[in-house]
Amino acid sequence: MGFIQFLIDPVTFIARWLQMLLAGWGVPAGWTQFILFVLGAGALGTGALMFTIALIWFERKLIGRFQDRFGPNRVGPWGIFQPFADMGKIFTKEYITPDGADPVPFYLAPILVVMSVVSLWAVIPFTLTVVGVELNVGVLYIIGIGGIGELAIIFAGWGSNNKYAMLAAFRALAQLISYEVPMVIALLVPVMFAGKMGLNDIARAQDIWYIVLCPLAALIFFITSTAENGRTPFDLLEADSELVAGFNIEYSGLRFGFYYVADFLHAFTIGLLFAILFLGGWRGPFVEQVPVLGVFYLFAKAGIVYFIGNWMRASLPRFRIDQMMDINWKILTPTALVLVMLTAVVDKLIASELLYLQAAVLFVLNVVLLVVIGKVIDWYWAHRPRPKVVATPRPVARYERSSAQSHPGAGQ
Amino acid sequence: MTIMQIIFLITASVTLFAALMVVSTRKMMHAAMWLILVLFGVTITFALLETRFFAIVQLVIYIGAIAILIIFAVMLTRRSMNADVPQVNRNWWLVMVSSLALFVGLVTVMSVWEGFFVTARTAPPGGENLVQLGTALVDPNGFVLPFEVASLVLLAAMVGAIYVAAERKEK
Repeated sequence: MGFIQFLIDPVTFIARWLQMLLAGWGVPAGWTQFILFVLGAGALGTGALMFTIALIWFERKLIGRFQDRFGPNRVGPWGIFQPFADMGKIFTKEYITPDGADPVPFYLAPILVVMSVVSLWAVIPFTLTVVGVELNVGVLYIIGIGGIGELAIIFAGWGSNNKYAMLAAFRALAQLISYEVPMVIALLVPVMFAGKMGLNDIARAQDIWYIVLCPLAALIFFITSTAENGRTPFDLLEADSELVAGFNIEYSGLRFGFYYVADFLHAFTIGLLFAILFLGGWRGPFVEQVPVLGVFYLFAKAGIVYFIGNWMRASLPRFRIDQMMDINWKILTPTALVLVMLTAVVDKLIASELLYLQAAVLFVLNVVLLVVIGKVIDWYWAHRPRPKVVATPRPVARYERSSAQSHPGAGQ
Repeated sequence: MTIMQIIFLITASVTLFAALMVVSTRKMMHAAMWLILVLFGVTITFALLETRFFAIVQLVIYIGAIAILIIFAVMLTRRSMNADVPQVNRNWWLVMVSSLALFVGLVTVMSVWEGFFVTARTAPPGGENLVQLGTALVDPNGFVLPFEVASLVLLAAMVGAIYVAAERKEK
């Protein structure tokens, strides 16, 4: 009986067992809860970071395949131990603190970056019974934790005493703050449908997946969260070929590794959040009877989103910074605002008893809105203001020039 | 002593120390960073009271937005990098007297209120009732007027900011 119970819902089982054990030792109830919270947080954080090792291998392999390469294939079968070799390398590298660095922000920034990602896992409902904190404002928490990531970037830029790091931090911050705006507005839509802000409540309310009810909001959330993560096509934060490494240019060894880990873990966390908000989270067949199945459903859905993100990363070129800003402020933000208003009206007009009618109307509305916005963008692109050409273009590399340079003064 | 009290004492002492450092540190950038620690301490205090909404709002608005804005402002301020400028100007005693008067006045006014001596109550375990808060903000019998006035003030500030920042076209 006990073993079956363990298989059905292992985490709750272990938690209850530990609680009974500690109570048997005579630990007060408040302390028992505290110890359980600390253990749970430790296990979750460690699990998330260990999971990143697998993610790094998977992503390198996948992108290798996309780009017609093998990816890592030397260390172990299919190169599966490559991340461990990389870890060994990064642990043993020297820590370099640049001259004149502001020590506290410089050392704090990598920790805050990892914290801003791992903290997101605290509110993620892995299955209907396993959730770190049943926070009634989960969606708001996601936004708030994003703020800590921004803080870390500005600390890194400031602390390194490097003007390129500083400039890159400003660039990164401009992107992160801008893309928060449409993200918050798009997140209003699932909150409106569920009538609650807790992530588990939103997952529980999805009798129809919200991606059917609001595909446009899902699209906006996906685009903006890719930008928040700073992945292609929004990887201006650390455009390797132009900015060397962006705001984390002065970091070495494990401190750089922190940024690396945070980046990879964030990519999958976005998949988890997308799955919970728009793909029904842990919902699936038999999940009520066997809660542990929810974890598999959630990770499968998140894996699909993560795969699409990697697909984009492997195949798309990078945006220019003005294009990146234009997409945010001229397309995503107005679209999200219009979408929220229309959704609110339709949600109230059609009674929620007519669930399928409401879903159909909302789906059609979203598709129509998408087409209309496409048309508007096409019209704008055809009629966009163009800079006036003031002179005929003169190519720089000409034969006369090169001969003039070899005889100074001769070309004048 | 329960675990909550221990956490509260640590949080409160760190918050107060950081608040002291905000005004006494020599570098403006460091003052901004200490301020972030103060705001974080307030977040934890809210969380200890189980008022989850206010804890997260504190995090979103004060750390996510205002602290970053303050850091930007400090970086754009002249002479913010060097520490050898005097910390106070000749009006320091005026400010001290007025801030002390404000503190004494606030405590006096608050001590008349009967909630001043009540031990802090925590919100129910599921967190505070957000629906009630939302309806109270838009209810004509509730707080709709202050809410609308606040929105109007923010709108005016936004319009003003856009006017100040806008490039004027040279005719």
